[in-house]
Amino acid sequence: MTNGTILNSKIFRISLICAFFLILGGFPKLAMSQENTSENTEKKFEPKDVILEHISDSHSWPLALPFVEEKHIPLPVILYTDKGLDVFSSGNLYPEGTVYSSGKNSYKLEANKIKVVDASGTVDEAGSKKVLDFSITRNVVSMFMAIALLLIVFLSISSAYAKRVGKAPKGLQSWLEPLIVFVRDDIAIPNMGHKYVRFMPLLLTIFFFILINNLFGMIPFFPGGYNLTGNIAVTLTLSVIILFVVNLNGNKHYWKHIFVPNPWWLFPIMIPVEIVSIFSKPIALMIRLFANITAGHIVILSLISLIFIFKSLAVSPVSVVFVVFMDCIELLVAFLQAYIFTLLSSLFIGMAIEEHH
Amino acid sequence: MDLVTPSIGLVFWTTLCFAILLFILGKFAWKPILAAISEREKSIESALSMAEAAKEEMARLTSENDELLKQARIERDNILREAKKVKDQIIGEAKDAANAEAGRMIERARIEIENQKAIAMADVKNQVATLSIDIAEKILRKQFEDQKKQDQLVSDLLKEVKLK
Repeated sequence: MTNGTILNSKIFRISLICAFFLILGGFPKLAMSQENTSENTEKKFEPKDVILEHISDSHSWPLALPFVEEKHIPLPVILYTDKGLDVFSSGNLYPEGTVYSSGKNSYKLEANKIKVVDASGTVDEAGSKKVLDFSITRNVVSMFMAIALLLIVFLSISSAYAKRVGKAPKGLQSWLEPLIVFVRDDIAIPNMGHKYVRFMPLLLTIFFFILINNLFGMIPFFPGGYNLTGNIAVTLTLSVIILFVVNLNGNKHYWKHIFVPNPWWLFPIMIPVEIVSIFSKPIALMIRLFANITAGHIVILSLISLIFIFKSLAVSPVSVVFVVFMDCIELLVAFLQAYIFTLLSSLFIGMAIEEHH
Repeated sequence: MDLVTPSIGLVFWTTLCFAILLFILGKFAWKPILAAISEREKSIESALSMAEAAKEEMARLTSENDELLKQARIERDNILREAKKVKDQIIGEAKDAANAEAGRMIERARIEIENQKAIAMADVKNQVATLSIDIAEKILRKQFEDQKKQDQLVSDLLKEVKLK
């Protein structure tokens, strides 16, 4: 075997990429751990805080990793208050606890939430409840990026299809066409029959939206490093969309099945059960995606945190091996959850539009 | 608990973003892409069925060709057989005609020969008769040179003649 074939082999390239990511991911952590032990000996490393900080939303974007708190990009804060819209940079609220007065209200960050404070600097809980937070948070920015990427990729593919009518797919087109055809032939058509065409845009958008955010969430630094599909608000929104689509498209068989169960004496039991099932299906979708992605992130971060808990470099090989293993599983989960969400959505829609039992 | 409390801001932005994404992709990406894919699938399908049809047509043509060839061969054999028959017939007829002609000629020759023979015979007979008469005359002349013999003959003859 010559050098060329080794360089060309897939395994070699994949392991090279993995190594690159690991090195990039590893350096700031090492620096951080030394910092922790030498300077802030009194500040104990709390894996729970770090992990929760990563998997929940925040008003700033950490430049390198969740572990490096000092470097972050401030993001715009948009607050809807009873005195009107309040827009300012989140940089004014850092370091956490800084009180910022916008003129309408005074705010400070408390556990990553923007709270209204009164003149003396104490949190006004009643006032905070009246403020609705529409800030461009880290997750919103990451969503913008993901959407921009989706638009660039699929609009370019679309133009490729327009240019190469009837020809074999090429480049990016041939990478994504199998996925599009997979969504159509293995998700939509088996569950919805001939009426699948109307729901294809929704299913494809959901599939690729979840997939790209799952994958970006796995990258530990800048373009990724967020937890969008593992955020309950996002999965809630997606499943509410499915709830509406299913019930607005439900035909008379679907509603008859819910409100007119077969033996009449089952009415008192079946009708509440069926009504619960209308909502339980999207709730299951919401929780499944949220729990799977969040759990994956928690496991990976916990394994990394082991190094800092033990405060020893000797643990790092073990952590790295396990993290690589978990990353492989998460890669599978990223595809699997996108697939399952789309599959179950199309199944629910298919049940609602089914012509006849 | 913070983790499972959806924040209104993210719900709002997700809804907005997803709606925009769905609209733009649905209108400008999914529709043309799916149309192009199904268009291509249809064209591949039709190309395949056309190829299949062409193959069938080819097979049909080949079998037709074979049939034609077979027929042509049979036809050729028939023609050859016919030609042979005609040839045989012509030869036979010619032979018959030749035979008949030959027979006729032989017959004519025979008749001629017969005639010539008869003429020759008659001639021979005439000559023999003339010769015989000459010889007889000569013999008689010789015989009757002598008067005595003439007298004797007359007497013999007279002896034979008996008056009745």
